[in-house]
Amino acid sequence: MTRWYTPWLFLLPGLAVVVTFSLAPFVNMIVLAFTDATALGGGRFTGLANFQRMLDDPKFWLALRNSSLYLACIVPPLVVLPLLIALLVQKKLPGITFFRTAFFTPVIASAVVVGLIWTWLLDSQGLVNNVLRALGWISRPVPFLTDEWLLLFSAMLVTVWKGLGYYMIIYLAALGNVPNDLHEAAQVDGAGPIRRFFAVTVPALRPTMVLVAALSAVNGFRVFSEIYLLSGGSGGPGGANTSLVMLIQQTGTGLTGNVGYASALSLVLFVITLGLLLVTLRLNRREEAL
Amino acid sequence: MKRVARYALLLLVLAITIGPFLWQLSTSLKGAGEDVYAPDFVPSQPTFANYAGVAEAVPVWTFALNSLLVAVVNVVANCVGASMAGYALARLEFRGRRLAALVFASGILVPFEVILISLFLVMRSFGLTDTLAAVVLPGAIGALNVLLMRNAFLALQREVEEAAVIDGANAWQRFWRIAVPSARGTILVVALFSFMFSWDDFLWPLVVLSDPDNYTLTIGLAYLQGTFFQNQRLVAAGTIIAVAPLIVLFISLQKHFFRGVGEGAIKG
Repeated sequence: MTRWYTPWLFLLPGLAVVVTFSLAPFVNMIVLAFTDATALGGGRFTGLANFQRMLDDPKFWLALRNSSLYLACIVPPLVVLPLLIALLVQKKLPGITFFRTAFFTPVIASAVVVGLIWTWLLDSQGLVNNVLRALGWISRPVPFLTDEWLLLFSAMLVTVWKGLGYYMIIYLAALGNVPNDLHEAAQVDGAGPIRRFFAVTVPALRPTMVLVAALSAVNGFRVFSEIYLLSGGSGGPGGANTSLVMLIQQTGTGLTGNVGYASALSLVLFVITLGLLLVTLRLNRREEAL
Repeated sequence: MKRVARYALLLLVLAITIGPFLWQLSTSLKGAGEDVYAPDFVPSQPTFANYAGVAEAVPVWTFALNSLLVAVVNVVANCVGASMAGYALARLEFRGRRLAALVFASGILVPFEVILISLFLVMRSFGLTDTLAAVVLPGAIGALNVLLMRNAFLALQREVEEAAVIDGANAWQRFWRIAVPSARGTILVVALFSFMFSWDDFLWPLVVLSDPDNYTLTIGLAYLQGTFFQNQRLVAAGTIIAVAPLIVLFISLQKHFFRGVGEGAIKG
């Protein structure tokens, strides 16, 4: 007979890790958000002071703008491009496994590796500028990494490039579930491939597209590494490209870290990411109701 | 004709996805006398000197060893811990099971960036800041992996295990001799993704490590870029060292990576 505590012995390591290093810090973050705690410890309850400070903090609004813009710009290409690539590799042609594998490679590389590769490619003397110059399209190097806006868009480009293969696999799995007879029926009705794409594939894949939008939105809003690496850790000229997660990292760490304020920023980050997920769930439920 | 167009498009996407890696590889192999800025993909004086050079500039092999250590501990802890917890949730009857499942489910909902600062405080109160243990612990048993394992065990047939109960096997024997061998596909997925996340992680080691002796490869590379940006050959060699093991692992176990994406092993 199983003793009553046996299941808990199985669960103990997992529960200990998740509670100690995920749930407890989460609760603590909420508490700290209402205090003036510093890196040295201490902290008194200060009510909504951190949030009031946030409203007047231009750095917060800048970071919120950057992270929101990031999300808004990477979601459309990450919903559309991987779907097109998935359609491209869906057919079982000779060598298709090689292409699928190759397209997935950017996903497994770390953000640091990818960031450094693109920093080199987009350098004022890098390959991209040199090729553009050789083609005669530009006379002076494009300041991909030194212009405030171009840096942000370059980081987005890196995020999209790194995500293509991942969402391609998600779409491939979903495409496999689209009933073939729908395609055949449309073909019999004389619909061409483009018509069939919009009349059969897109409606069948809509829940997957919403899922991809949600995943890429949450990831985009939490952007850190790409901007950090392309800007060499500075967050762009004068910190103009700092994202919300970068601001949290800069505010809360180090000897002068303002833990209370950083926690308040973290709470805002959490509420927004949760909101994004809830909106998506809502969208998908409405799909099912229709 | 249609087939030709398809292959042309495939080659275009291939150039976009793989080209940047090849350019980095090419840069890392270029000799000191070559112009690294010239758009030549094939080095005219190929050399491995930059790989030796990067090791002289920063202790890149120490970084790699640290990364490897962190990743291996992460893999073992996740495979063992997540299997055990997943098995209890899927197969053992006890009071509080729903509560335990809820704990893991809420663990998934907490994005790492949100607890970054308070997690640092936890590590400091344990006296673990600037240690590799602090790098390993937060992801040592991922809540998502627990739920993946639970699903894998739920999908197994009950009959065999019930027969083992009649034969007098205890919970541990059933877990170890029957359930684990049958779920080894999912365990492999958990292992692969644990390795990848740990090897690729950047934000957390950046926050919790400060002594360069403890740096993992990702932090070491960012440090290398900050100090030796003028020498692109060295930075390129460093990135190739960091990405090569994963590429080898990925190519040899490619099917399982794709399966992992399907099962949701990558955090959203």
